[in-house]
Amino acid sequence: MKIHEYQAKELFKKYNVPIPEGGVAFTVDEASEVAGKLGGFPVVVKAQIHAGGRGKGGGVKLAKSADEVKTIANEILGMTLVTHQTGPEGRLVKKLLVEQGLDIEKELYLSIIPDRATAKIAIMVSEAGGMDIEEVADKTPEKIIKVFIDPLLGIQPYHCREAAFGLNLSPAAMKLFHPMLRNLYKLFVDYDCSLLEINPLVITKKETVIALDAKFNFDDSALFRHKDILEYRDLDEEDPLEVEASKYNLNYINLDGNVGNMVNGAGLAMATMDIIKLAGAEPANFLDVGGGASAEMVENGFKIILSDKNVKGVLINIFGGILRCDVLAEGVVEAAKKTGINVPVVVRMEGTNVERGRQILSDSGLSLITAVDLKDAAQKVAEIVK
Amino acid sequence: MSIFVDKDTKILVQGITGKEGQFHTRQCLEYGTKVVAGVTPGKGGQKMDDVPVFNSVKDAVKETGANCSMIFVPPPFAADAIMESADGGVDLIVAITEGIPVLDMMRVKNYIEGKSCRLIGPNCPGIITPGECKVGIMPGPTHKPGGPIGVVSRSGTLTYEVVHQLTMQDIGQTTCIGIGGDPVNGTNFIDCLDAFEKDAETKGIVMVGEIGGSAEEEAAEFIKNKMTKPVVGFIAGLTAPPGRRMGHAGAIISGSSGTGQSKVAAMKECGVHVCENLGELGELCAKVLV
Repeated sequence: MKIHEYQAKELFKKYNVPIPEGGVAFTVDEASEVAGKLGGFPVVVKAQIHAGGRGKGGGVKLAKSADEVKTIANEILGMTLVTHQTGPEGRLVKKLLVEQGLDIEKELYLSIIPDRATAKIAIMVSEAGGMDIEEVADKTPEKIIKVFIDPLLGIQPYHCREAAFGLNLSPAAMKLFHPMLRNLYKLFVDYDCSLLEINPLVITKKETVIALDAKFNFDDSALFRHKDILEYRDLDEEDPLEVEASKYNLNYINLDGNVGNMVNGAGLAMATMDIIKLAGAEPANFLDVGGGASAEMVENGFKIILSDKNVKGVLINIFGGILRCDVLAEGVVEAAKKTGINVPVVVRMEGTNVERGRQILSDSGLSLITAVDLKDAAQKVAEIVK
Repeated sequence: MSIFVDKDTKILVQGITGKEGQFHTRQCLEYGTKVVAGVTPGKGGQKMDDVPVFNSVKDAVKETGANCSMIFVPPPFAADAIMESADGGVDLIVAITEGIPVLDMMRVKNYIEGKSCRLIGPNCPGIITPGECKVGIMPGPTHKPGGPIGVVSRSGTLTYEVVHQLTMQDIGQTTCIGIGGDPVNGTNFIDCLDAFEKDAETKGIVMVGEIGGSAEEEAAEFIKNKMTKPVVGFIAGLTAPPGRRMGHAGAIISGSSGTGQSKVAAMKECGVHVCENLGELGELCAKVLV
């Protein structure tokens, strides 16, 4: 799960990580009010959307007076901000973060992520802050310092020194950096983050260290123990069908094609999308109903697929393990009864209780197209949507 | 021969009294697996069908001599269950549970390092030596006993699909292992490839990967340097749209690896027979593995 920069900075505040003075604004008047309280200009007006690259897209601007705050806030609020992470359709800006401007001496990069290969928590820092860090990593990997921390041990002073010396910090800045890094690590672990990124982390002319930006991802699997983070969820930033799917614990991603598909297991779902493409058609979605799906989940998954108006045919590919074929079949029959299926549906089932599943489908009186194997299923559905 | 489990493996099931635990324990018993104990804290002394239930892994191991645990405990308590097993004296831990928090698994992984037990999973279908022992949730009848092919996969249901196609081609399996799709897991591709290479009965291997991470690239390197047996490889997600990944930091740590294309290229370069159409995997195996 992602959150907004202003929410991330609330968490920073809670953990004593220095941030610029500022506040969130939902209207132009509120933006002026926040700016007025900051005690001077310039101030920075930042669009709040769940995507990076806001500055380049025109969503971050410097205001040198109260009038400029109004003009800029008016301009950004309600704009459709397009960045390299939003896709061409962009995102509607509904909130702003208004912050004091800083005298910046140097821009650094800092992030914390779980490193899957080593099962350690990795802190990455670089003096090449403020720019596209992926490019830095690609062209000059030596400019990125990685510090690995055993999660059973936790962060130690020498970890902080490794990062600080790697950043060539002055003694004064180093003194502030150490407690800040420890607090960031604690925040990362306390909240089960899957990414914590500050780009840039700035050293001011007064040699203070301040998190100018803040980006968080949280491990969805751990949200059950972080009810306060769930309060931060902003449904405006998510695809409505994906929001609907998440209510039923379905793993759904909306795509551009016209073949709806419902599969159990992420790997088989991806492979099914691959084979639909190989057969000459385009998948309309990725939908993994998961291992432990109930008949109700299958029914809801079906409703979500069918509510995508682009869908001209549906392929159901289930290999029963935890999800038994009879459960799937009951779900499909229920969904068909309640919603009415208005497009052709190709069904391919194998595995646990497959005979009972096939029986349920054939007794249902529904006109489903059955496939003998995966290749057959992909070809049949591709033929339908041609 | 087989790897990791055989007809003498004695299983205890953690979370045996839950709905999924019960269903799959019965399926394993029906397959002929020796399920000798269950563990559900607070339900010690009860029975699940004929299987005695204990309060702790240590009690179960002491009373029944179980040497392998299969875990169905829900995600919030699963990491604890794995560590209890690791401390309780079993040789093999098979964690089926899906949705364990990543940081929990990182702690588990560091905790079991240096211990003598092996962890398979989590978020995996388990392991099966067809005809002898099924420790997991895979549909038993899909498999064909007797070898000569070993299967290792990061996926669940996709593994069943692969095994199904092998069986349809009348190609049996020595052992099939799902290592799980989570970012942090126990046994990896290389552990399994190494074991298959050393297993006399296994003549060839099917390796099923997915996009993300760098496990497939590392495995390909191992195949090139250390293996004599032929390997067929498949990668799921070659056409998955980009941009659904974890921020910048994820891309940095894995460099340019992780895409389907880089995996396929690495596998081809290392002499793996790459299958690009899942519908034709069985036929390809028939051609190059037997």
